This record gives sequence, structure tokens and C-alpha cells, in this order.
Amino acid sequence: MAELKLPANSIVKKGKTVNHVEGNNVRKFSVYRWDPDTDENPRTDTYEIDLDQCGPMVLDALLKIKNEIDPTITFRRSCREGICGSCAMNINGRNTLACTKAIADYDGEIKIFPLPHLSVVKDLVPDLTHFYGQLASIQPWIKTETAAPPDRERLQSKEARAKLDGLYECILCACCSTSCPSYWWNSERYLGPAVLLQAHRWIQDSRDEALGERLDELEDPFRLYRCHTIMNCTNTCPKGLNPAKAIAEIKQLMVKRQL
Amino acid sequence: MTEQRRARPLSPHLQVYDLPLAARISILHRITGTALSGGIILLVYWLWALASGPESYQQAQAILGSWLGLLILLGFSFALFLHLCHGIRHLIWDMSAGLDKSSAASSNIWIIILTLGLTALSWGLGFGLA
Repeated sequence: MAELKLPANSIVKKGKTVNHVEGNNVRKFSVYRWDPDTDENPRTDTYEIDLDQCGPMVLDALLKIKNEIDPTITFRRSCREGICGSCAMNINGRNTLACTKAIADYDGEIKIFPLPHLSVVKDLVPDLTHFYGQLASIQPWIKTETAAPPDRERLQSKEARAKLDGLYECILCACCSTSCPSYWWNSERYLGPAVLLQAHRWIQDSRDEALGERLDELEDPFRLYRCHTIMNCTNTCPKGLNPAKAIAEIKQLMVKRQL
Repeated sequence: MTEQRRARPLSPHLQVYDLPLAARISILHRITGTALSGGIILLVYWLWALASGPESYQQAQAILGSWLGLLILLGFSFALFLHLCHGIRHLIWDMSAGLDKSSAASSNIWIIILTLGLTALSWGLGFGLA
């Protein structure tokens, strides 16, 4: 059942303004903080940054805060070019990658929270264990009955390969799944858009021979059908992919195999 | 160790998420669906009054014709048309058509225009013919 309010220990308190900066191009960054070593509730601390002294992306601002203002601030990042998915977070109310989101895309204060409705490890770092467990549950690898040709790879026509476009590019940043209200309320049983898009990536693969088995696994009131086409996933995907369409196509395959 | 570690907080969700228009319409679809189920009772009451004879029908017409009754009917018709329009979009979506971001953005606007238009049209026709 949907629990619309935050638990008492999760309510976000007003934090402190950490620093002041003089200048013509100063921007405020309000960042969610939670320290597992104290008994306090989460809070939002405000940092001021002179954008003339900072790189263009939101991740640049976070790195500047960590390097120059407050080394205790904690977040994940790695590739800084939108391919690793580590710096997924909620920026001004939408989930996206801090490394590919320009500060100039926003006016005024920038508010940064961890990905929504996840258990928080520290600051902007959420616990994604369950998300990865769900990915493993759809067995995201090729499954075959027939033996591979002895002298070469399993070949694929250009048309068959094209069916994987829009699916294989997913970097599993979890922006979509954690934007989905259905996933917020039912993540124990609903797989969520990211994992369903991955499932579709293997369903669509001409070399995979476990289509029926894969559909059987998904045919469930929760795992697949908790998707109510709210479209938050497609609206938020930082890679411009379309999980909502992937899910709709899985639902169509479920109907087609009955006919 | 597990006992020593503090319970982790749940990150904010509805509290911070900037819900896109499609999500807001989706919520309205739920609410209007529930409201319409309640509204069916109203329709049953009116049919019952009609079947029970001129006096009870007169009474039902008076209740529904009061400003409060009209307000409820206005809400009912708005809910009906919104639920209808979004329901049709769901049918189209289920054929996996119109699911890309720009189509969904324009169908959002169409749903709002059609809902308001159909509500206005039905009330215009209702009062015009009355």
C-alpha cells in the first residue's frame, strides 16, 4: 500500500548555510545530507559557489564542494560523461545524471537529493542492492538451447540487431525506476522500468532462445503489470531511452502469445 | 553490529519529485475513476426516482437542480470526460503507439482540451435543449 509520507526518521530538516561567496555569478546549492554516525535526521545544507570558478555541470559543483568547502559530502561518481550511471540523483525534482546536467539549465537555487524512495547509505548515496537483485532475477544474459556454430559467432542480421537499439544503451543508473510512483509503492514485487527494459533487451535478441521462459517469469500482476504508464521513466531517462515503450511491447507480446 | 547501526532513512519521493504533467493526469485518472464509482450511486438514485413515480422524480430533479446538485453534476461530467479521454489514450498506449516523449506531451494537452471542451459542450447542449 502506498505510504505517501516519510517515516519519522527520514523527514528532512533545514540544515545550515555552510559558506558565503562574493561575486556576480554565485549560485546556491542545497544538498541532502545524512550521516549514519549521528542520531540526527537528514537535513539540507546550502553551499554557495562562484560559477566563474567552477565547471559547467552539476557534478563539477559537487566536486568543488567536496574538494574546497566540505570534504565530508558523499556521492558516487566515476566517468563524468554519462556512461557509468554512478552520479544519478534527484536534481531540482527530476532524476538525472549530475555529470551530464548543465548548471545553466536551471535558474536560481539548485536542490539536490538522492534518488527517491531508496534507503540512504550516506548523503547522496542510496542503497541499490535490491535494484541489482531484481536485475539479476531477469537473467540478463543470452540463454540458448542449440549449440553455437563451431567455426564462428552466433550471427545476427542487421534488422535483428536494429531491434536492440534503444535498449542496449541503458546504463542502469536507476533514474527511471526511482522516478516511478508504482516502483515507490511496490518495489518489493514490481520490477520497475529499468529492469523491465533490460528484460526486453533479451526478449528482443534474435540469438536468445528463452523467450517463452522469460515471458513466463514476467507474467505476474506485480512484476510486469504494476506499470500503469505514468511515463515518469521515459520523461526522466538521462539517456533519452523509452522504458515505457519497452514495457508496453512486453505487454503486447503477452497478449500475442495467447492468440 | 546491525543493532548498532542506525536505521537508514528513506530518501524523499513525493516530497521532492517534480511530477510531469502526464503523471499528474495519471493521478487525476485514479481520482476520477474513484469519483465515478461514487457517481454511479447518483445515477442509480435518479433512475430509481424516475421509476418510483412523478413525485419522487420531481424531488430528485429539485435536488439535482439545486446549485449544489448542479455543482456535483458538473464535477461528475468533468470526471467522466477526463477518465474517458485518458482511458482512450491508455488504449492507444497499449498498442505501444504514441509513447514517445513528444507524442505524450501533445496528447497531454489534447486530453485537457477535449475534457474541458466535452464538458462545456455537454452542458451547453443540456441547457440549450432544456
